[in-house]
Amino acid sequence: MSENAKSASSETPSVFSPELAARFDALIEKYPARRSALIPMLLYAQDEVGYLSDAVVAEIARRIGITELEVRNVATYYSMLRFKPAGKYNIQVCTNISCMLRGAYDLYERFQEELGIGHKGVTADGLFSLEEVECIGACCWAPAIQVNYDFHDELKPDLVPGILAAYAQRVEDRARDPFREKGKNA
Amino acid sequence: MPRLVSHPDEVKIISRRFGLGAASIDRYLELGGYQAVKKCLAQGPEWIVEEMKASNLRGRGGAGFSTGMKWSFVPKQAAKPKYILVNGDESEPGTCKDHLIFLHDPHSVIEGTIIAGLAVGARMGFIYLRGEYRYLLEITERAVAEAYARGFLGKDIFGSGTEFQIMTQTGAGAYEVGEESALMESLEGKRGVPRIKPPFPAVVGLYGGPTVINNAETIATVPHVITMGAAAYAAVGTVRNGGTRLFCLSGHIERPGVYELPMGYSLKKMIYEIGGGVRGGRKLKAVVPGGSSTPVLLPEEIETLGMDFDQLGKAGSMLGSGGVVVIDDQTCIVEFALRTISFYAHESCGWCIPCREGTDWLKKSLTRFHAGFGVPSDIDNIQYLSENMLGRTFCPLGDAAAMPTIAFVKKFRKEFEAHLNGQPCPFAREGVPQLTVV
Repeated sequence: MSENAKSASSETPSVFSPELAARFDALIEKYPARRSALIPMLLYAQDEVGYLSDAVVAEIARRIGITELEVRNVATYYSMLRFKPAGKYNIQVCTNISCMLRGAYDLYERFQEELGIGHKGVTADGLFSLEEVECIGACCWAPAIQVNYDFHDELKPDLVPGILAAYAQRVEDRARDPFREKGKNA
Repeated sequence: MPRLVSHPDEVKIISRRFGLGAASIDRYLELGGYQAVKKCLAQGPEWIVEEMKASNLRGRGGAGFSTGMKWSFVPKQAAKPKYILVNGDESEPGTCKDHLIFLHDPHSVIEGTIIAGLAVGARMGFIYLRGEYRYLLEITERAVAEAYARGFLGKDIFGSGTEFQIMTQTGAGAYEVGEESALMESLEGKRGVPRIKPPFPAVVGLYGGPTVINNAETIATVPHVITMGAAAYAAVGTVRNGGTRLFCLSGHIERPGVYELPMGYSLKKMIYEIGGGVRGGRKLKAVVPGGSSTPVLLPEEIETLGMDFDQLGKAGSMLGSGGVVVIDDQTCIVEFALRTISFYAHESCGWCIPCREGTDWLKKSLTRFHAGFGVPSDIDNIQYLSENMLGRTFCPLGDAAAMPTIAFVKKFRKEFEAHLNGQPCPFAREGVPQLTVV
């Protein structure tokens, strides 16, 4: 382990929760090469922080022992990684061929209407964001979407308001009882 | 939750534990799990490789290369550690079979990985899922933890004195990472760009060591081949195309779903009997037989066509990843071609010019064309551009974009011509939004 990496994990204040920091310490040591932990770390960091902020990039670089530039060079390649905050619930509508043939564009349009945002837009309250995405591997259950990591399949435009209401409800439930859904959909 | 489907013609080998709770190790053991790996430990590496060769199992990722042959290329003695890499980066549009395997039967992937490791002398395997499959990663991670707890993985697997470790991870959104060398780059924490071959992964792969890379479905099939016996498995399919595979029926079909059918099964029967025909009683216009990168087939081309690697090759297409996308007669092929090429333009990693520039120009040409601003020379230009991408790229993504485009233009030239000179798309209908391009 390099001197840099050591100080990152033990002394420098972390942008990550103690649980995630501990998980990263273990992950880096598990692979035959430290750098192999990079992509999983970027994903888990994004799940917790919401996006890859400058502080996230800097800390991941320190922990692995590579430059921030190297981290950015890799992170910009992958479509799920983002450098700006998305909504609390990021709605990803697949419009690739199998979904397109079964009405994905009608579905996508309905989401745009209901939310008042377009591709990569975020609602004013920060609750939802919307993305048109490529194939998500649910072709036989088309049209399909993902909300964060949750799949919803065999959809129709009429189901859109209900889906949005259910996610909005989750936030209200959590406001009443903050411990109920701890750790979920960070 | 993805819906499971069933049909009497199915031969359930890989899917026999779907829907039976086999993601839990106790249930997997009850259903005959981890017997194949014990047999392999007793028989030794050479026997395993010979069984795999004799089974005629061919790679389910799309290339259709003999699994046994691939394993036999790994040198017995190597200076660096050997690795098994399971490609669960399922991203080919029209394909969702690995989704079900990880959901319902993750232990079959683990067992297959161990067997591959025993066959080539590797002590470590990686199971790499696409980033969108986080819930499937969690299921797989629980299964791996169960296998460790039972001593099926670790320093001394099944008390044999042999070591085998498995690590799991996901990508973060990149079709290109499904290409084997790009997958290794991604696993090493880099951008997913392909490596120049040779050397091939069997000689210089992950971390520079000899590496076997197999599709998740191929690996999940391995324990069944061992249990059934190579001869019995081979007998299910056609000549040189052993066994069954998971076909993903999607698009304009009455009963979409993942069906397990013997290799060589009639494509026509697959659409009309298994899938219940074209949705709403409409007529079949075309079918993409093996994921979006395989050239489209016309109804008259599928009359006697059996779904195996060789018959599809002869028909001028490919069996690919098993994604059968059915297109009805009210679909605009220009729009379909545009959506297909938009995907490849989005996913091209940008490493080599024919693919990066070619997919982008094809997308631009088709966008303009579909909007009604095409000129007659565009049609030949689209074909010329595509043909100049073929075989001129580091990895098959360039071909994957060019091959279907060539087929769309060749087989539906009249429809392309109908979009010329400012004529509106003949399929544009009230209430059907025109394709927006991301």
